[in-house]
Amino acid sequence: MFPELNNLLNTTPDQAEQGKLTLLCDAKTDGSFLVHHFLSFYLKANCKVCFVALIQSFSHYNIVGQKLGVSLTTARECGQLVFLEGLKSAVDIFFRPQEDPHPLQFLREANSGNLQPLYEFVQEALKPMDSGEAAWRCPVLLVDDLSVLLSLGVGAVAVLDFVHYCRATVCREQKGNVVALVHDSGDAEDEENDILLNGLGHQSHLILRAEGLATGFCKDVHGQLRILWRRPSQPTAQRDRSLTYQYKIQDKNVSFFAKGMSPAVL
Amino acid sequence: MAAAATCGTGTRSTGSVVVAASRNNVTSFQRRGPRASGTDSGCSRLVSIAGTRPSVRNGQLLVSTGLPALDQLLGGGLAVGTVLLIEEDKYNIYSPLLFKYFLAEGIVTGHTLLVASAKEDPADILQELPAPLLDDNCKKECDEDICNHKTESNIKMKIAWRYQLLPKMEQARPVSSSRFGHYYDVSKRIPQELIEASKWHGFFLPEKISSTLNVEPCSLNHGYIKLLQFIQNIIYEEGFDGSNPQKKQKNILRIGIQNLGSPLWGDDICWTENCDSSHSLTKFLYMLRGLLRTSLSACIITVPTHLIQNKAIIARVTNLSDTVVGLESFIGSEKETNPLYKDYHGLIHIRQIPQLNNLIYDVSDVKDLAFKLKRKLFTIEWVQDNYLRQERNIYPPGFSYLLKQKDSAWGEGSLQHSTFLMSFLAKATAFASRLVRHSEPLEQTGSGRIRQAAGPRLWHDGPRQEAPGLLVIPP
Repeated sequence: MFPELNNLLNTTPDQAEQGKLTLLCDAKTDGSFLVHHFLSFYLKANCKVCFVALIQSFSHYNIVGQKLGVSLTTARECGQLVFLEGLKSAVDIFFRPQEDPHPLQFLREANSGNLQPLYEFVQEALKPMDSGEAAWRCPVLLVDDLSVLLSLGVGAVAVLDFVHYCRATVCREQKGNVVALVHDSGDAEDEENDILLNGLGHQSHLILRAEGLATGFCKDVHGQLRILWRRPSQPTAQRDRSLTYQYKIQDKNVSFFAKGMSPAVL
Repeated sequence: MAAAATCGTGTRSTGSVVVAASRNNVTSFQRRGPRASGTDSGCSRLVSIAGTRPSVRNGQLLVSTGLPALDQLLGGGLAVGTVLLIEEDKYNIYSPLLFKYFLAEGIVTGHTLLVASAKEDPADILQELPAPLLDDNCKKECDEDICNHKTESNIKMKIAWRYQLLPKMEQARPVSSSRFGHYYDVSKRIPQELIEASKWHGFFLPEKISSTLNVEPCSLNHGYIKLLQFIQNIIYEEGFDGSNPQKKQKNILRIGIQNLGSPLWGDDICWTENCDSSHSLTKFLYMLRGLLRTSLSACIITVPTHLIQNKAIIARVTNLSDTVVGLESFIGSEKETNPLYKDYHGLIHIRQIPQLNNLIYDVSDVKDLAFKLKRKLFTIEWVQDNYLRQERNIYPPGFSYLLKQKDSAWGEGSLQHSTFLMSFLAKATAFASRLVRHSEPLEQTGSGRIRQAAGPRLWHDGPRQEAPGLLVIPP
């Protein structure tokens, strides 16, 4: 969790909002620092997190999480974190086919499958405990990242359906949050990705967009972050609020500053 | 149910690769260092694998790509468990070289090799590997290279040259050198006894594809399925994923796949834009990533991206690989006659470097790199690109769009021009931008890196190679 980003978003772990869909998007740069931020933020906020990690291994998130002050292994052991490791499960499914339905079953299918087993996995992971007392504050679904599903043969519409179902369950019923990362392919003319990105952009309450600098690589400013607050349910009576900051990623933190105000330039 | 299954797989893997005493879920990315896990000696066991070294940044285990210059550009080497994607140059002349360097490095350090190709028999590929340079010859090679270089690349060659001071390679018997990064002589072939002493597995597609397929159909290409099964077999049987606890020393598996995605593999992404099996290659890369992340292996893949019609697939392939290096040769292009490039054979672009176990990654400052293939060596050097870059060495970063506007707005000797330049030198960028008519920022031509800020002694030390463009009217 980056304290400066919390200030920009006006949240603290104690007052995390509920029922929101947050879209993380990156264009020409790597936006995975945002995923690490939200993961550690919600773990510190005492929420139950279901993390569908399709692109990296568990130890990667664990080591970065330790730098940010959370331990994923402890969280997993005590049940706060449910971690679906996509890479390892994919290898298991592909080479040792199992009978019972697996969340990533679409990998085995010849035509573009649907993500219903994955949705059922999420639903099962985040359902409220029967013990009565609420151990965790609110359920959170974190997906890293949705563009990989397109590369694996799932159609954009199927991914949108999956997000819609998750939103209905997690955001509406259980008053939780959903955070998803999508890559923006920019000028690569990836139509499916654009459909996905636009569809999610219309549904989300908060869009965080990490972009590379328009003028190219810079050692001191790694990119630009655009924050857009939206209210998809209400008509646009109030204007959507948007802010832009530039950032520099350091070893354990990310520092944000206004455009052109990098300490290197001043 | 499903949640318990996930936790179950988590505990199952703690027994693999390294010591079970460690609390972390263990894959090949064990963090090195005394504070990572207090009690065990598993960390030291990982470090003792020949031909590897831990990264200075995050303790990641690295292997050499066979080219010490490329190792430096990638932040020390190629991380174990990752994929190095080489985007082939147009006529596929230089990318096989990088492929062979990688394999030759594996033979010299004693790693196990797995070579897959649809075009050439792996045994033939191994015959054509470059010979490792022994120490006295190598020193002579590097000496004659050093005197022809500019300052910047001089620094690089000097650093690489220091590797020669490490313990010498043994000549007589099969070499398993403890040095990281060796030099190779491209004009000679690797000695036969080195190949015979090494352990390698070959996958030649025309031989393997004739057997029947016994896996249920999925959208993966037949050839890719066979290759994945072959790789997984080798990893499992020889214990690279820790499944068979080995008594003997742990080793790295180097996988090399040539011309992946080309029509010879049965993939049609190279000849049509709307292809039927557009997900074959990306699915294959995903599975490969899954296999690599859970084993002690490193992989090099060459893909003819210049042939792929659908740009979306190129973007997806790049996202699914860890390190991406693109080669662009000058043959047949207009750059061949550019006097700036007359010494070089092509440009090399480091398009992507992975961030593993880290928020940041080691990006080298040098972005404009060219390569040349001399008679014996393949070298990578920094090259100055154009007038704009020479100026940009002095200006603060991120403002070069103003420079482009400036070029079109005033003449060279005009008052506005000199005021503009002076205010940049004084780092008073507010003055400079006031002089320019503000419109949409134009596209960047190069990479906008800054080498050195203008200090008071910038022109004191004689003619500088970096900034003549300011004082000289360009032709």
